Amino acid sequence: MKLFKVCAVMVAVAVIATAGVAVAGTLQEVRSRGVLIAGVNGAVFGFSMPDKKGVWKGLDVDTAKAIAAAVFGDANKVRFTALTGVQRLPALQSKEIDVLCRNTTQTLTRTTVNGLNFAHVNYYDGQGFLVHKKLGVKSAKDLEGATVCVLPGTTTEMNAADFFRKNRMQWKPLVIEQTAELSKAFFAGRCDCLTSDASQLAAHRSVALNPGDYVLLPEIISKEPLCPVVRHGDDQWYDIVNWTVMALIQAEEFDITSKNVDSMLKSNDPAIQRFLGVTPGMGKALGVDDKWAYNIIKQVGNYGEIFERNVGTNTPLKLERGLNDLWTRGGLMYSAAFR
Amino acid sequence: MPERLREKIGATRGYDKFMENALPGKVPFWLDPKKRAIMFQIAVLAMVGLLAYYLVSNTLFNLKKQSIATGFTFFQRESSFEIGESLIPYSAASSYGRALVVGALNTLKVAFIGVVFTIILGAILGVARLSSNWLVSKLAAIYIEVMQDIPVLLQLFFWYAIFYETLPSPGQALCPISGLFLCNRGVAFAVPESHPAHKYMVLALLVGCGVVYLLRRWARKRQEKTGKMFPVFRVSMGIVVGLPAITWLAFGAPMNMDIPKLVGFNFEGGITVSPEFIALLLGLILYTAAFVAEVVRAGIQSVSKGQREAAMSIGLRPPLVVNLVVLPQALRVIIPPLTSQMLNLTKNSSLAVAIGYPDFVSVANTTINQTGQAIEGVALIMAVYLIFSLSTSAFMNWYNKRVALVER
Repeated sequence: MKLFKVCAVMVAVAVIATAGVAVAGTLQEVRSRGVLIAGVNGAVFGFSMPDKKGVWKGLDVDTAKAIAAAVFGDANKVRFTALTGVQRLPALQSKEIDVLCRNTTQTLTRTTVNGLNFAHVNYYDGQGFLVHKKLGVKSAKDLEGATVCVLPGTTTEMNAADFFRKNRMQWKPLVIEQTAELSKAFFAGRCDCLTSDASQLAAHRSVALNPGDYVLLPEIISKEPLCPVVRHGDDQWYDIVNWTVMALIQAEEFDITSKNVDSMLKSNDPAIQRFLGVTPGMGKALGVDDKWAYNIIKQVGNYGEIFERNVGTNTPLKLERGLNDLWTRGGLMYSAAFR
Repeated sequence: MPERLREKIGATRGYDKFMENALPGKVPFWLDPKKRAIMFQIAVLAMVGLLAYYLVSNTLFNLKKQSIATGFTFFQRESSFEIGESLIPYSAASSYGRALVVGALNTLKVAFIGVVFTIILGAILGVARLSSNWLVSKLAAIYIEVMQDIPVLLQLFFWYAIFYETLPSPGQALCPISGLFLCNRGVAFAVPESHPAHKYMVLALLVGCGVVYLLRRWARKRQEKTGKMFPVFRVSMGIVVGLPAITWLAFGAPMNMDIPKLVGFNFEGGITVSPEFIALLLGLILYTAAFVAEVVRAGIQSVSKGQREAAMSIGLRPPLVVNLVVLPQALRVIIPPLTSQMLNLTKNSSLAVAIGYPDFVSVANTTINQTGQAIEGVALIMAVYLIFSLSTSAFMNWYNKRVALVER
């Protein structure tokens, strides 16, 4: 009898406990936690990787920091979780992380079937092939019969399959879960070719023993718009993430940098005044501090600064702005209007 | 009938009558231990059912709220990804269902071959550990201790790295004997070119096995009747090897070999075994064999010395002592823990994903990621390993019953 009572009480407690969990918005959760949790790759130099001192560096890392600056006014209130390609979407869906900044391609399936919202693109990429010079391969069309190193759970895996199918070529994929292990296998010669987004290939090459021994083939076989990602169903949080990326781009359009942002506060331009919160309203509408854009630019910098610092021509990656330049200079980076 | 006995019977009858009348009416059902036990069972079952219902419906509700797709309809959809090695025809145009079958077969392949070699190596090591030769026994002991203590994932990385770091590229492949090539793409070796003779050789082998089975029965019956022994093992080997060999000769001894040749990036022809498969197999065998060795040693040591001495004293030769006295008694100790080691090996094979062998977990991971249906995928992984484990256990339990000592 006692056992029965105990069981009954347990069931009752379980029912009450689960019913009592109110659904709070992501912004409230992040605020009460006091820190933003961002999912990143963790092994791609230039995008997200801890440096020798254990400090996280990279374009994706800086994007997450900008979100923290918008929410808390402090870019350092962010904790990074390294995720594999396979882990990343479930981690976001199950609320282990608040936002995913992990070179994630926006696709129709991910938006619909996986229930995700993609914010503005923070890097326009495309899939390429990296090979050793001594193979003498000039084009991806010469890769008949090649063994290709691929990361699992990526759009890369499908793009490569599509490419070889379209060109009626035989190939053998080698799928290794950890990015670091995969690139080790490639550099040791286990596969003829490594395929991934071109920016990631540049990152892999930059950490090779002799980066000069490897060449990127001219073919870019896919479109890879990489975006920060949030869950479906929380529009306010989506707006904050989305407009944070836009703010980075808008700041570059305004020529506001981390160095001149303080003097820009005195600007006569009403658009800049609204943007930096001198004229209040924008931040409040978004649900954050009116100084949010100022905090982002002051602490993290504008998009151009972030790009040059992490992946630009003066870094080991040596990437040109290309598609990632502002629309005014022939690129695709274009922010919606701040008004 | 004596008076006292009659009284006793009367009293008993009276009690029975009392119980018949009293129990159903007067004892409430919750005080009846039998009924109460059933009630508890029903209550617990209902609670488990409720909990399961709650978990499933809650999950479905939340998935729907986040607009994440559910169900197994993705099985028929085109997978659109390639798999490195497969036992059945597969391409990116095949369905997800077929991709998962490919993965399951790859897991079975490595598990089956792994288990066979692990038992052989483990038995040898276990016996070596008990050897009276000091050097042999100590070497076996060192091997067992070292291998048991290093995590198997580390061992896998080690063997895999040996392949891709130390072996040359296909262009400079090592060729220790003709027809065998070693390179960082794997091991390529020559196989006989396909010939109609092979079909008949397999047939001959099957016939040979049948003959051997009959021979053994006949030999046992004859021994029971006359006490005369027949060299069953040697004759059996002769039949099993001899019949296919004669068939081969009858077809004019076809000797043409399909030798691997370097075409483009890789070897073509012959058979190529990938470094991932070899590294995984090697790692699992060497690791698990250390545990099996200890199991075998325990089994052998569980047979008391007296048994062996008694067998010797009635004039049995050493091989017979092992076959008839030691092994039957050791096996009943060995089989249950051996089963658990076999299961360990099968489950550890899921570490394949770390070194790029396309096992079931690896394929399921990709499927999960492309379809976004993690819950279905993980449930599938659990179901597949459960089926593998349960069927291994069922087989081993059946075998265990057969070898269990029949006590008289």
